[in-house]
Amino acid sequence: MSQAWQGKGRQSQAGRNGTLSAVAEFDSVGLRYGTGAEVLRDLDFRLSKGAFYFLTGPSGAGKTSLLKLLYLAQRPTRGRVKLFQEELSEAPREDLPPFRRRIGVVFQDFRLIRHLSAFDNVALPLRVAGASEEDVEGPVREMLAWVGLADRASARPPTLSGGEQQRVAIARAVINRPELLVADEPTGNVDADMANRLMGLFAALNRLGTTVVVATHDVGLISATPGAQMIRIEQGTLVDPTGTLKNPPGRS
Amino acid sequence: MMLDWLFASPAERRLLGGSPMRGPTPWVIAIMSFSCLIIAASGLALTNTASTLGRAIQSRYSVELPSGGGGVDALLKAVQSAPGVASADAVPEQDMRRTLARWLGPAAQSTELPVPALVNFDLKQGASLGAVQRQVQEVAPEARIVAHRESVGPLLHSLHVLQWVAFGLVLLLSGAAAAAVVLAARGAIDTHRFTIEVMHGIGATDLQITNLFQRRIAIDALAGSVAGAIAAALVLLLLASGASFAGELAGGALLRGPDLILLLLFPLALTILATMVARMAVLAALREAL
Repeated sequence: MSQAWQGKGRQSQAGRNGTLSAVAEFDSVGLRYGTGAEVLRDLDFRLSKGAFYFLTGPSGAGKTSLLKLLYLAQRPTRGRVKLFQEELSEAPREDLPPFRRRIGVVFQDFRLIRHLSAFDNVALPLRVAGASEEDVEGPVREMLAWVGLADRASARPPTLSGGEQQRVAIARAVINRPELLVADEPTGNVDADMANRLMGLFAALNRLGTTVVVATHDVGLISATPGAQMIRIEQGTLVDPTGTLKNPPGRS
Repeated sequence: MMLDWLFASPAERRLLGGSPMRGPTPWVIAIMSFSCLIIAASGLALTNTASTLGRAIQSRYSVELPSGGGGVDALLKAVQSAPGVASADAVPEQDMRRTLARWLGPAAQSTELPVPALVNFDLKQGASLGAVQRQVQEVAPEARIVAHRESVGPLLHSLHVLQWVAFGLVLLLSGAAAAAVVLAARGAIDTHRFTIEVMHGIGATDLQITNLFQRRIAIDALAGSVAGAIAAALVLLLLASGASFAGELAGGALLRGPDLILLLLFPLALTILATMVARMAVLAALREAL
């Protein structure tokens, strides 16, 4: 897991040993919306299981579009996307839900359901996966306690602060112990202290084996996360023609 | 199970927020249900009336003697003695004049007005009219025999047309109810688009999401159709006295047991139709997303 991402032909040790260690593989992937220009071009990379990645790049570079491909909210217009060793670029849409359940997503705007309590928001992935109410209660209480919101379980999102909403969103994203966690600017709406706490939560999850991909502009976060690896995207394409591994810039 | 969608847990019920029966759907369905039931009841009553009337006149004939007068007794005897005649009776002259008075007024009572003699008779099943005709010709060569089904035929035809019109209206209104449900389902999807996106994002299947909407629309449709049915039943009860008089004229009840069962099942059928339409509409709308 020493390599964060690499161009084709630069397989990690795990990759050379087989494809089982790859959580995601992009092969010549392009994406356009409607008839517009391509927002992503020629993406070739793989994400190793259990690694921690930062996705960086200027606004409009295509970070969110790349994340959408990762959490199956979008199909590529060309190329192949493999997730969990399954080619999903053209998979029937009814085949996608089981894969989505293996992915946790944290959005910049939280995407909490306003009329549900924090408890119900966090419980949603478990209930969608078919867990009984007895199997929901304990893990959700535990998760809310983990993000420091044990006493706000019955609060609805509009009554929570931005930081609290973000923590509920994170709890919802990780309640199912996803194999891949994708976060789009998760610290964009919180102060520096809260941002560090959230990154601590991600790191803890990563230590439990979850592959984490965090899109951010915040270089401070990157340098504060030891061992994290960086993917940089500019104008819709990955910027690293040599395929050289980039550890956090401050440490390379 | 096919009916799993009907039994949602409290957590599932909370997902769409609010509560059922808040929107216009129950009202629209109630109006459709009320209208359909009134029209269906009318159509069934027309069907029964036409059927009763048709049976009654199938073997009924009249012998008309244009000159009228004293020949009627001989004519009656000739008809009664003919083979195959089940019953025969002469229409009293006073009854004829009373009928004519509706058009002619007091002039109908004038002795100068020639009133034809009329003998009504019923033929037994399978009997031949020819024998009666021969008997009649012997006593009154100028008499002519008229089959009631020929004179009442246009009325029966109109009744049949009306019952088809009623059937068509019930279909049209059911179609309108289905269209209203489609609009309601699409409106509900638009209202809850964010929730749907979140659920899709965390791995909910289309069926899981559809079940939420299907259940809510089924509750709305059931409430609306039952309310409409109760209102229609009240109106039909208010009309019952007039209907029973009409039933007597037609020779039987206007609505019979099977008709009432059919009408009672209508709200259930409307609910099932609305639920199935909602399911298809929601699934079709969800398929537009990835």
